[in-house]
Amino acid sequence: MYAAQNSYSAIAIGVSAGGFEALAQLLPAFPKDFDLPIFITQHQLMDADRNGFIAKYYSQRCNLPVHEAYHGTQIKAGHIYHSVSGYHLQIESNGSLTLSVAPPLNHAIPSIDILFESAVEYYQSGLVGVVLTGQNTDGAVGISTIKAYGGLTIVQDPDGAEARSMPDAAIAATQIDAILPLDEIGPFLAKLSNRESP
Amino acid sequence: MSAQDKVTSVPDLDLEVLEIHLLLTAIEQRYGYDFFNYAMSSLKRRVRNIQCDENLSSISELVPKILHDPQMFDRFLVEMSVTVTRMFRNPQIFKRIKESLLPKLHTYPRIKIWHAGCATGEEVYSMAILLAEADLLKKTHIYATDYNNQSLAIAEKGIYPLEKMQDFSKNYLAAGGQCSFADYYHAKYEHAVMASILSKNITFAHHNLMRDQSFGEMNIIFCRNVLIYFDQILQDKVLTMMRDSLIHRGYLVLGDRETISFTGISESFTEIEPRSRIYQKQPEISGF
Ligand SMILES: C[S@@+](CC[C@H](N)C(=O)[O-])C[C@H]1O[C@@H](n2cnc3c(N)ncnc32)[C@H](O)[C@@H]1O
Repeated sequence: MYAAQNSYSAIAIGVSAGGFEALAQLLPAFPKDFDLPIFITQHQLMDADRNGFIAKYYSQRCNLPVHEAYHGTQIKAGHIYHSVSGYHLQIESNGSLTLSVAPPLNHAIPSIDILFESAVEYYQSGLVGVVLTGQNTDGAVGISTIKAYGGLTIVQDPDGAEARSMPDAAIAATQIDAILPLDEIGPFLAKLSNRESP
Repeated sequence: MSAQDKVTSVPDLDLEVLEIHLLLTAIEQRYGYDFFNYAMSSLKRRVRNIQCDENLSSISELVPKILHDPQMFDRFLVEMSVTVTRMFRNPQIFKRIKESLLPKLHTYPRIKIWHAGCATGEEVYSMAILLAEADLLKKTHIYATDYNNQSLAIAEKGIYPLEKMQDFSKNYLAAGGQCSFADYYHAKYEHAVMASILSKNITFAHHNLMRDQSFGEMNIIFCRNVLIYFDQILQDKVLTMMRDSLIHRGYLVLGDRETISFTGISESFTEIEPRSRIYQKQPEISGF
């Protein structure tokens, strides 16, 4: 099992096919006073969601504010930042968000590996990485990097996942700390808040 | 080997910061390009890419190579530049330009437009097409600039792979194009050659936003998907220069996910409509 650490600094979530429903179920689990920033990279089609519907949709269902990621946004605790179509989402060394139009990685832009790898360099062992449903292998390299830095790694149980190849790839890539069914991931993450720790 | 045995090694991040600093110092002093204000997370990924391609065991091994071999510097520039682009990228922005901006331009005797960071030129030809359809192209001069000479050369030739035309044509229609996109190029083997009438009034030029000044008095400046390469300081510097080179009530067009909200010049512009990414320069508020 994972080494229980008192406090984590941030959560990074990667999700692809079936992600919309998965996040709609997971995100409402975070309480109002949850005090870690949460980053989500969700695969999307080119030019999708130009009106910011996704962030609004989750915002209405969550206790935490959900934002689309813009270049230069300063990261705030207790806020959720969602990737946008056509741009990689990265965490910058000064605690802000950076977008990039670098070539797709694992056929994906945004790529989960790119989010994970940049986030773990900033948060190091304080990062919690989560791979959810998806038909791809994106996130597998990134989650092993998170593991290598001593961060906490969580993967959705492939058996119940809408698409299992992404969780399968993550599990094959490194020793995952917790493999959980979707309905347990939200409550599990919600407990990682600093406020709740002694 | 089981999954459990695979170890991913963690780089020494502090050392890497030092190595990147040495590399950027070498580049600045030898070639005069100051990359210190590029967004570090993206820069790092690009540098690691070169390190990997060149089979180097550390980033600092790149320093002597770049110092002694100008071609290696060109390689660095091209890697940093990431020229991913398309015709009518985010067509709805072009549609908005066509509907809201072009009608206003008719009143000007001469029009000047600047595409900063034009990459391989698709954005420039897209605009030229819209101008042609609005009967404005003849009185317009377009400046298309980039710091990547390789991509500028492609832009100047206006020759693109034929297979891309389907995607471009779809975007053209989504942007409200009135004719057929095929009217604007002719096929030559595997390539599409853009019609020469489009490029008659375009000047392609090398221009480095880190350092070079403006061309003055523009009606519209396009700076799309370029600011995301920069940190806050360089963004502010570049945006200030652009503001100063726009005419009274001129327009600045940014990329689909770029905003001036977090920058020092947000007061100088108003977005013509929320999420349009089209900003209009506001009259200066005097201090008195
Ligand atoms: C992703 S492309 C954008 C092309 C086009 N504007 C679009 O949105 O499709 C970004 C371009 O910005 C250029 N660029 C980056 N830094 C620059 C600088 N300091 N000076 C001039 N051009 C720069 C790159 O070379 C690249 O061609």
